[in-house]
Amino acid sequence: MTGLLSAIEPVTRAASEGGGGLQFPPIENLVLWPAWFAEGTIFEFNKITFISVFATVVTVILFFIVGRKAKLVPTGLQNLMETSVDFVEKQVIGAAIGPDGMRYLPMLLSMFFFIFITNLFEVIPTSHMPGNARMANPLVLALLALVMYVGVGVKHNGLGYFKAALFPPGVPAALYILVTPIELLSTFIIRPFSLAVRLFANMLAGHILLVTFSVLTITLVAGPLLLKPVALVSFPMLVAFTGFEFMVSFLQAFIFALLTAVYIGGALHPHH
Amino acid sequence: MSALTYLAEAAVDPKAQQNIAAASGAGIAYGLAAIGPALGIGYLVGQAVQAIARQPESAGQVQTTMFLGIAFTEALALIGFVVFILLKFV
Repeated sequence: MTGLLSAIEPVTRAASEGGGGLQFPPIENLVLWPAWFAEGTIFEFNKITFISVFATVVTVILFFIVGRKAKLVPTGLQNLMETSVDFVEKQVIGAAIGPDGMRYLPMLLSMFFFIFITNLFEVIPTSHMPGNARMANPLVLALLALVMYVGVGVKHNGLGYFKAALFPPGVPAALYILVTPIELLSTFIIRPFSLAVRLFANMLAGHILLVTFSVLTITLVAGPLLLKPVALVSFPMLVAFTGFEFMVSFLQAFIFALLTAVYIGGALHPHH
Repeated sequence: MSALTYLAEAAVDPKAQQNIAAASGAGIAYGLAAIGPALGIGYLVGQAVQAIARQPESAGQVQTTMFLGIAFTEALALIGFVVFILLKFV
């Protein structure tokens, strides 16, 4: 008993001196990024801005290179890009809108690529920060989706879109007192809000998970001799979660594009 | 200083008491927020597996619908997570 107590004594001592046994970086690190240049102006450039710009530029360059030298029988990079276009075409538009949704392919494809590359920075060494773990990025993307599906609805159904969205057919007239406010709230406020929060919270949770296991592994390796072997458990967990987060960054990009497509499809054909 | 005296000191300090209340409130809030989505996603994926096992050729369509359902169900747990962050750190 005394052996065990003396073994965990350094950890409890660190805890009693404040800050806990595990020295986590302060939470402000997630919000206050040091500016690289143009500090204080509207053009302030920091790591998150860099990730967003990088994702945009890389997407444009990849498709530009492949599009310039497109061959009938694809090789190498062209194979990869054609597979991704095919994936968005079949899995996102084919599943959510149908054949007449093909005109939204460029928009959904660039949305998918932007989110995927910004998310990928969560597992890229030396960066380890998903661009979408700042609320600004998902919020703009969700507002873009809102403008898109309301615009599509108004363009194809005129003001009848709002009638179909707020007064769903087949409901007894008296129930509209109840149904219309709910539909108003869910279609125009909760939809973009949940789109943004889903992406933001998933990436933030993944980032905090990876930070937790990194801090744990470092503390255990640097800690007392008796606790060092525990790092043999926590380090493989860190590796496994890095792989898991890679999958999550793909899945979140897919789900964001899929839900945007579902909303556009609903605005395009409001009666089913 | 041992851990016990630290706890005893924390019990009388109002700032520490506030921290303790915030931390335990955040933990309980997230735990409660995770119950519903956990049941929902478990049921949803279970039914999807059953559908694919009965009709393997419809696997692609069932999977897409399953991811959609997971995205909607999971949103509640994620809002719980955001509340956790707000309670604990803000």
